[in-house]
Amino acid sequence: MGILPKKDTKLILDPLFDNNPITIQVLGICSALAITAQLKASIVMAISVIAVLSVGNVIISLMRNIIPSKIRIIIQLIVVATLVIIVDQILKAFSYELSKQLSVFIGLIITNCIIMGRFEAFALANSPWRAFLDGIGNAAGYGIILIIVGFFRELLGSGTLLGFPVLGDPINKTGVYAFGYENNGFMLLSPMALIVIGLIIWVQRSRNKELIEE
Amino acid sequence: MTKFTEKNSYTIIFSIIMVLVVGSLLAGVAQGLKEKIDENKRIEKQQNILYAMGINNNQNNTDVEFIPTKEVENTFKKYITKQLVYQGGKITEDNNAYLIDIKKEEALAKKGNYKRRLPLFIGEKEGKTFYIIPLRGKGLWDAVWGYIALDKDFVVQGVFFDHKGETPGLGANIKERFFMDDFKGERIFKDTEFKGISIVKGNNDPLNKDKTDNEVDALAGATITGDGLTAMIKKDIKLYLPYLEKIIKK
Repeated sequence: MGILPKKDTKLILDPLFDNNPITIQVLGICSALAITAQLKASIVMAISVIAVLSVGNVIISLMRNIIPSKIRIIIQLIVVATLVIIVDQILKAFSYELSKQLSVFIGLIITNCIIMGRFEAFALANSPWRAFLDGIGNAAGYGIILIIVGFFRELLGSGTLLGFPVLGDPINKTGVYAFGYENNGFMLLSPMALIVIGLIIWVQRSRNKELIEE
Repeated sequence: MTKFTEKNSYTIIFSIIMVLVVGSLLAGVAQGLKEKIDENKRIEKQQNILYAMGINNNQNNTDVEFIPTKEVENTFKKYITKQLVYQGGKITEDNNAYLIDIKKEEALAKKGNYKRRLPLFIGEKEGKTFYIIPLRGKGLWDAVWGYIALDKDFVVQGVFFDHKGETPGLGANIKERFFMDDFKGERIFKDTEFKGISIVKGNNDPLNKDKTDNEVDALAGATITGDGLTAMIKKDIKLYLPYLEKIIKK
């Protein structure tokens, strides 16, 4: 990325890999378990979190010098809740179909610990532009893991990707099902998301030994 | 000297201002968009009722396609010939019966003396009459609801289900074609006994070829959502039985 100075590039790229919020900081695990049974839901959640975290980070950063430190957590919570409610209302008014599809995910964004984590750790101490980049980077790092987990869970659990039957028809026994392959229904249950995330962490740390804690 | 943001008085003033700003912002947004949101909900209800009686834009693929929002109003008027309300033995006609809040009626009826209003929609398509009943029950996390269309012999002609917060990929699949299509042709009576339709596992009929067993194959990983639907179908259709018999005999 030649457009941004090196320091800014680092803000975006770091959380994607070596400082990933899910696999390294272990934040946002709960939503990663809940919504990754389908690839589409994972993608939608990733996009929503990118939007909320980047805008929220900028707002908190703009207010960083006037927020009373005693109640800063509550203020952060109010900012993210307000953003989420406004987005939800606008979607309901102008894109009702989409808001039906997103249903609970919009509300779930509030509970995502990555958002409060980045507000507290970064936005409160940095300029709006840097906070914006940090928001995009962290949300994207979170999104990548979500999409990888969603990809494997939907493929192995339902035999589809984004709803398209890529492995054939399990009932009429076409495609790979003709050879006796079966969908693994266990993949659709939440514990398998943890196991997939565990495998990702394993692969990542075996490739980069510096990430292994003492 | 302590920073001004550390002072108690500043903290209190800041929170008061914050509450006022955020409160009025949210109230303004909600008020400004209310009309548009209500309109969307009204259109959605009409789409759902039409969907249950088989009026939709479903193609050969697996997606649920409603009548486009712009055409809903006229299509609804064309196919839904009568909207009736049943209350304590009396039947009245009401062209806004589809707006009746089933949740509210149910809650009022539970409290005591109130006889709940039961809306019924009568549709005509290609010379055939459909009786469409609204349903509402409990899933795993939150409410589930829908519409079921019956013909004069109490054979299911179509259903539509929706939910508030069932698990995506599991219980949320009740609103998918592959599940809803299974209900077509099922019966709610076994001989002369009212059975409803049960969502069951292991009925050895995954393709749902047997239409007389009062059973539909369940969704994997969604046992409680399925049980909720079973209970909802039984409970809500039962309310309409005396009423339906009266109307169909006419």
